[in-house]
Amino acid sequence: MKADPHGVLTGTHFIDGDHACCEGALAAGARFAAGYPITPSTEIVERFAARVPTVGGCFIQMEDELAASIALQGGVWGGAKAFTVTSGPGFSLMMEHIGYAAMTETPCVFVDVQRGGPSTGLPTLPAQADMMQARWGSHGDYEIIALCPNSPQECFDLTIKAFNLAEEFRVPVMFMMDEVVGHMTEKVVIPPADEIEVVPRKHTHKSIEDYLPYGTNGDLVPEMAHAGEGYKFHVTGLTHDERGYPNMTPQTQDKLVRRLQNKIRNAADRICLFEEERLDDADVVVVSYGITSRVAQRGIDAARDRGLKVGKLRLITAWPFPEKKIAEVAAHVKAFVVPELNLGQMVNEVKRAADGKARAYAVSHAGGGVHNPDEILNAIVEASRC
Amino acid sequence: MLNVLNDETVNPVEPFLRSDRMPHIWCPGCGIGTTVNSFARALIDSKIDLESLALVSGIGCTGRVAGYVKLDSFHTTHGRAIPFATGLKLANPKLNVVVYSGDGDLSAIGGNHLIHAARRNIDLKVICVNNLIYAMTGGQTAPTTPGHATTSTNPYGTFEPAFNLPHLVEAAGAVYVARWTTFHVRQLARSISEVFQKKGFSFIEVISPCPTLYQRRNKMGDGLDTMKYYKEKSKVKNGAPTSEVGLTLNGEIAVGKFVDRDRPDYQSMMRAQYVESLGDRYLGDEVETECVCG
Repeated sequence: MKADPHGVLTGTHFIDGDHACCEGALAAGARFAAGYPITPSTEIVERFAARVPTVGGCFIQMEDELAASIALQGGVWGGAKAFTVTSGPGFSLMMEHIGYAAMTETPCVFVDVQRGGPSTGLPTLPAQADMMQARWGSHGDYEIIALCPNSPQECFDLTIKAFNLAEEFRVPVMFMMDEVVGHMTEKVVIPPADEIEVVPRKHTHKSIEDYLPYGTNGDLVPEMAHAGEGYKFHVTGLTHDERGYPNMTPQTQDKLVRRLQNKIRNAADRICLFEEERLDDADVVVVSYGITSRVAQRGIDAARDRGLKVGKLRLITAWPFPEKKIAEVAAHVKAFVVPELNLGQMVNEVKRAADGKARAYAVSHAGGGVHNPDEILNAIVEASRC
Repeated sequence: MLNVLNDETVNPVEPFLRSDRMPHIWCPGCGIGTTVNSFARALIDSKIDLESLALVSGIGCTGRVAGYVKLDSFHTTHGRAIPFATGLKLANPKLNVVVYSGDGDLSAIGGNHLIHAARRNIDLKVICVNNLIYAMTGGQTAPTTPGHATTSTNPYGTFEPAFNLPHLVEAAGAVYVARWTTFHVRQLARSISEVFQKKGFSFIEVISPCPTLYQRRNKMGDGLDTMKYYKEKSKVKNGAPTSEVGLTLNGEIAVGKFVDRDRPDYQSMMRAQYVESLGDRYLGDEVETECVCG
């Protein structure tokens, strides 16, 4: 369906990534947000708090991130598209509710504007060190989707994508920004509402008698109902059967947890977005995401000026990890260079997917700034010699 | 449903329960089922539209109530029933939202949410079944455990002061505060009916036995003995200052309606503020279904 024009601020804007993310959420149909202030993410909900009363909906500032991350899910079951925004320490507090959203199949978006950690770390400075936490932070086996924008324009475009994926798969989507992308001001073009595709909630059309809250018909994503519609359904974080009733058997656990994984894994080809350049004749491919991809571009350009055969693979989807793409590329390149604002997270995924067919060089940075492009150039030069 | 209500061979609360989930997990002599019975009778008495009613629980023995009532029901995470319910109510203001959970869930791990929801005066009806301990996990000390009671984590007797929940929620801003025991099934049903008429944060504490873990360890007998104990120790004190209704191990149990007052609820205040500031630009807080579902 097309976006609700009330939420779409059509035009050309000069805004930062945080504000663009808010506009993306409004364009995607988000009409409820619950948040707790934390640098460098707060501008997103500050803008939402100002905008949403004029669009129809509401924002509430909760007492902590635990509350924000579950209030938004109450909002979803009440019939809204909803999200919350945070950064490192708040993201840590939200982990239990990411698991709850995965288990109860609550479509929602968690925005994490990453800053340096661990602990309070560097509140105002960038990092990309929550990438593994986004994937594995809650207990148990589950799958999520994570997207990584590298510009304010993508903060707008991909926030809409994040909501759309959340609705299509009934899964919490992690929107993994970083402080630089969040606070960088650039041109953002917001198209007319009728040019924005929005995925509607997978709401059931079944009668109350026929509705099975967690029944699936082969596509692995159950149909949803909202509170107040007469379905009298039950939602629990306990292992549950198709009726949504708790069921403590290994068989029910196996069926449920595998379905929660497979609904994402089976669709990975569709979910995995990336930007590629000159992979055909490359000896070395730089794999990057978020702000680091823009710094890496300079290193790549400098390497090409020196005649090195360097390709670029920018991960837009971080999770599910595009392992098929990495495996394909690994078959005909010597090495990957993986710069990240962490001490080595996604590089290990690249190594896993490359499965020994190509080396992977980490270009690590503990956060607090971005790489010097020369570090990436040097890594490319070294990798080319291997 | 009316036919069922007039049929004396059918338990009148059965239509409100998920019979296909019986038997329930609660122990013999546990008071939680008794409170659910009073809750169902309050639904009958208040003639509330069941489709508009959603019930939210946290984790623990009382947290299981959500699974047994035939309503839109949410069994959330430990301590977070109130913030989930807050989101539910804000996204759909037409819902009547009941939070049904235990003392540990609501006042320990969820204590911060309890006071802030009361402060904001979110229109929630909170039923707190207080069995004075953590029961599901084996009888550990709770913030409500009276001094000198024996628990699995205070085997020599508790020594930390307990919360007086009515006093806490009144101070935080609740508009309705009552306490009953599971002996007072009719009074409890009446209080629950009353809170469906209130707008704002309402709190009903129900003192309830855990014969398996609390009464046994404290040599207070079984479920029936506890009913006699509640009958003997309870004193109806409607309007009593909540500062004076704290519980002790063997002392009086003050019951009754302590607080019944009115102040604007969160959503009324929010709308008033937006209307004042934005005028016609304010589009309201109700989410349009077409915007979400197409």
